[in-house]
Amino acid sequence: MNKPLNKMAVQATINGEPTAFLCSPGQVLADVLRDELELIGTKIGCNTGDCGACSVLVNDRLVCACLVLAAEIEGQAVQTIEGVAEGGVLHPVQQKLLEHAGLQCGICTPGVVVAAKALIEHNPNPTEEQARYWLAGNLCRCTGYDKIIRAVLDAAQQMREEAAV
Amino acid sequence: MSIQEFVAPHSLSEAKGFLSDGAAASVLAGGTDLLVGVRLGTRNPERVVDLKKIPELTAISIDAEAVHIGAAASAFSILHDSDVPSFFPGFAEALDLIGSTQIQGRCSAGGNLCNASPAADSIPALIANGAQCLITGPTGDHQMPVEDFVVGPSKNALKEGELLVALILPRPSPQTADAYLRLTPRTEMDIAVAGVGVSLTLDENATCTAARVSIGAVAPTALLVEAAGAALVGTQLDAAAIEAAVAAARQSACPISDKRGTSEYRTHVVGVLVARAIAQAQARIVEAVS
Repeated sequence: MNKPLNKMAVQATINGEPTAFLCSPGQVLADVLRDELELIGTKIGCNTGDCGACSVLVNDRLVCACLVLAAEIEGQAVQTIEGVAEGGVLHPVQQKLLEHAGLQCGICTPGVVVAAKALIEHNPNPTEEQARYWLAGNLCRCTGYDKIIRAVLDAAQQMREEAAV
Repeated sequence: MSIQEFVAPHSLSEAKGFLSDGAAASVLAGGTDLLVGVRLGTRNPERVVDLKKIPELTAISIDAEAVHIGAAASAFSILHDSDVPSFFPGFAEALDLIGSTQIQGRCSAGGNLCNASPAADSIPALIANGAQCLITGPTGDHQMPVEDFVVGPSKNALKEGELLVALILPRPSPQTADAYLRLTPRTEMDIAVAGVGVSLTLDENATCTAARVSIGAVAPTALLVEAAGAALVGTQLDAAAIEAAVAAARQSACPISDKRGTSEYRTHVVGVLVARAIAQAQARIVEAVS
């Protein structure tokens, strides 16, 4: 990245908190999250929208933060992996990934968690096929897909059961 | 990145100003092609004009005559927040084949069209449905059929300072349905070896009264194969009619050979997909009216 010539002031809501930052016009959201806001849970893999490691929600829409200009999120709401656990209590998707050993090196895991949580909020009862298609943009370089899918389906089931109580 | 300036106009007139003052400007809808191009050094805009704050660019509306889809509306919003899929299931399936969930959260039908890839999935589906491009520019607004909009690989018909505002699809009658099929080496996140969009209209006797067949990834641009549609009109979509449409599509195809398939393979496959897409569109009409 070149040194920015002119900085823009952006105000957005990040994980529920009003946040202001400076960015250059061509700086992508993934870089701002990591370099300006120290939210380094969002990983950068390919930087071209292929791998899903930088998955975040912008206005509840699942996107790759490497393909969003930071300046675009003025006035918008961003959710990152740091906003998933509530006060130290893991989200069911996180808990089930631990139980199923659904991670190896871990670099895809934050993106998988954000994407899987979005899946279950969009479709509380996904089939295995629907889960695999929804997560097709989250590449796991350790190829541990099967355990990831089992964990996500298990988390969805647990969340349905909790909702039914 | 080369980007020196980011602007997010709230109106078409403001946007046109940013596109016509001589700066090297690129419009930004979902950015799934633009920002990758900037990263790879193939696109070098000094100014990026974000279109998503302009109401006309993201609105989706349906009236008695047509379905209007703002050029920057995301695939996800078209698929999940609008009634477009119930009118055009084939077009919806084409959008749902583009990239991942994350990409669909950003990418737009207008962007897929302007990017003008020979293998773009949504373009044959738009052509089959007779979609028009609403274009605005320094000299006013005009419309153009989608099949005329793409003029070559990565080349569209927009002139300096012009902007694609919306796609306008004629509202289909209950006797009309579309289909889009493609073949890819893997099941997801891949680029078409061949793609086929079909729209059919049948009368109460199941005779075809209108048909449009469009093929993608088998020529420098997606093509409207008028002879394939003509072969179907007036028939009951019997085997001979479908075979004639298949032959017309194969005759129009002039594909390249690459790692996804040879020219011969693509030509064969596009015919297979034409026959299957016709059958699928026909089945949709039969189901809708039964």
